[in-house]
Amino acid sequence: MADMQDPIIRIENICKTYPGGVQAVDNVSLNVDRGEFFALLGPSGCGKTTLLRMMAGFEIPTRGTLLIDGQNMADVQPNKRPVNMVFQSYAVFPHMSVAQNVGYGLKIEGRPKKEIAERVQEALDLVKLGHLGGRMPDELSGGQRQRVALARALIKRPSVLLLDEPLSALDAKLREAMQIELVRLQKTVGITFVIVTHDQDEALSMANRIAVMEQGVVKQIAGPAELYESPNCRFVADFIGKINLFDGQAKANGNGKTLVETPVLGKVEFGGDANGPVSLGVRPEKVRVSREKPSGNLLAAQGPVTDIAYYGGYSKVFVDIGAKEPVLADITNAERSMGPGFENGEKLWVSWRAEDTLVLTS
Amino acid sequence: MALLSRLRARREPIGPLDYYRKLWLRLIMIGTLIFLYGPISTLIAFSFNDSRRNIVWRGFTLKYYEKALENDELIEAFTNSLTIAFFTTIVSVILAALAAYVLWRFRFPFKAAYEGAVALPIVIPEICMGVAMMAFFARIGWPSDLPWPLSLSQITIAHIAFSFPFAAIVIRARLESFNRELGESARDLGASEARVFWDIVVPHMKPGLIAGALLSFTLSLDDFVITFFTAGPNTVTFPVKVYSMVRFSVTPEVNAASTILIGLTLVLTAIALRLQNRNNMNMQA
Repeated sequence: MADMQDPIIRIENICKTYPGGVQAVDNVSLNVDRGEFFALLGPSGCGKTTLLRMMAGFEIPTRGTLLIDGQNMADVQPNKRPVNMVFQSYAVFPHMSVAQNVGYGLKIEGRPKKEIAERVQEALDLVKLGHLGGRMPDELSGGQRQRVALARALIKRPSVLLLDEPLSALDAKLREAMQIELVRLQKTVGITFVIVTHDQDEALSMANRIAVMEQGVVKQIAGPAELYESPNCRFVADFIGKINLFDGQAKANGNGKTLVETPVLGKVEFGGDANGPVSLGVRPEKVRVSREKPSGNLLAAQGPVTDIAYYGGYSKVFVDIGAKEPVLADITNAERSMGPGFENGEKLWVSWRAEDTLVLTS
Repeated sequence: MALLSRLRARREPIGPLDYYRKLWLRLIMIGTLIFLYGPISTLIAFSFNDSRRNIVWRGFTLKYYEKALENDELIEAFTNSLTIAFFTTIVSVILAALAAYVLWRFRFPFKAAYEGAVALPIVIPEICMGVAMMAFFARIGWPSDLPWPLSLSQITIAHIAFSFPFAAIVIRARLESFNRELGESARDLGASEARVFWDIVVPHMKPGLIAGALLSFTLSLDDFVITFFTAGPNTVTFPVKVYSMVRFSVTPEVNAASTILIGLTLVLTAIALRLQNRNNMNMQA
């Protein structure tokens, strides 16, 4: 028995090259802790699904090792692994009833009929489908089918539940409800969840930790807040949420400070040591917009409004301060009579605090 | 009133998309139906004709059915045909399912060549297949004096050889619509490759299996050319027997026997379609 403190999944230097030379996963190392809700996040083709399928055993790593619960998975067939998977298409067996679907894994284990029936009912109750055991899959909605797939995977009490884009086929309202549902479910059963998604909102709202991937490489692994507030590179900063980026040149002055010079914002001093080209970034909700020149320790610039988009709870204001792209500021419509009140073409100041600025070196 | 309004509706001008109301289209449809079913309905009608010759209608009778059923040689030929068709169907569907599964599931060298070789008998002229089969059995010295039903083995083997490609193509096409995640999901839940095949793939293949079986059965049942070359004097099948009867004269007895065959084929087709429909309804998930 592996130590309970050990990570449930340990991936070391895993590579996957497909025949034809496509490098889907490039030297990835990561750990997933016990009881964690872990997300693999990235654009399509970044290798996140390949990584998940390697955990399930449907892809063989070209190089590297994969340990689940302390056991090397190199020679373990998919049907012998202590993981279960919820597929993107749900893959509910169309010729079996809901109860037969959910009980399939136990039937293969050769469990007695009575135990299967009890555990099927338990699993269906868990996903709130307790009354639909007798239905055929074609009589279910998409959301219900997904619950069947969940129950079917959870009934085997796996060490890890793998979910491949589980919410992508659902409509927006249902997706939001299911996000909360999945988190509840994960807390109830206490099983480690590894979810693959291209939807940052999904990852941020559900996961304890997120690995952001791009072109087969893990760029950053961190909790949602850290990922959003302190991304370690331009890709992560840009992929998670919206960000305004300004190119500049950094010069470390030797006493723990760095002077960054950008054409539109002038010279700004930051902590740390960096040299060469950098990007300064700021999240739109941290940008303030005003008619008068703001005062205080702020980064500020002036320019005409190019666009205002009203989103109900907030508005997006675009101000052209001469950078590559207009600066985006999110303004909350906190009072009923408020609205942005600004007009296209109006010259406005955008400003934000120096400590809200990200200095991205890569 | 209703009649009046219907008359008025009739007089409405024919719109640009009302093709079905145009005379030329109706003529083509009727012509096609006559072309397809004229000969067959004549055959069926004259099986009830009370006359030795098949030219003039002389009243209704069932006596040629009685005669056909009392004709021991015809019954024997019919039994032979059904036996051959039965075994052909079973063997070719199993072979076809396996071939289709292998072609669908795996990647291997010369796969395209193999796939082509499986489908090739469909385009090879039957006469060539017949001659080849005859030469082949003569060359290897296949015994021709086996007891029934083994005496039908030559014909059955030949039938399997030419009908299994049809079944394989139908089953392969069915497999194309299989969601591979279903198989992976079963595997993930603990199933071995073999169990995935039986529990998940075969149920999906079922409509293809039924269609393939129906194809093999009818192909075997009415095959003349290949059978003619592989049949011995003691292994006459229904089509061969009918041919020999027709050589003397086309009697209503032949019509009666053919009508029974048509009826049988229709019933089998209806059963197969029913099974397939029920399956399709379950499969829409």
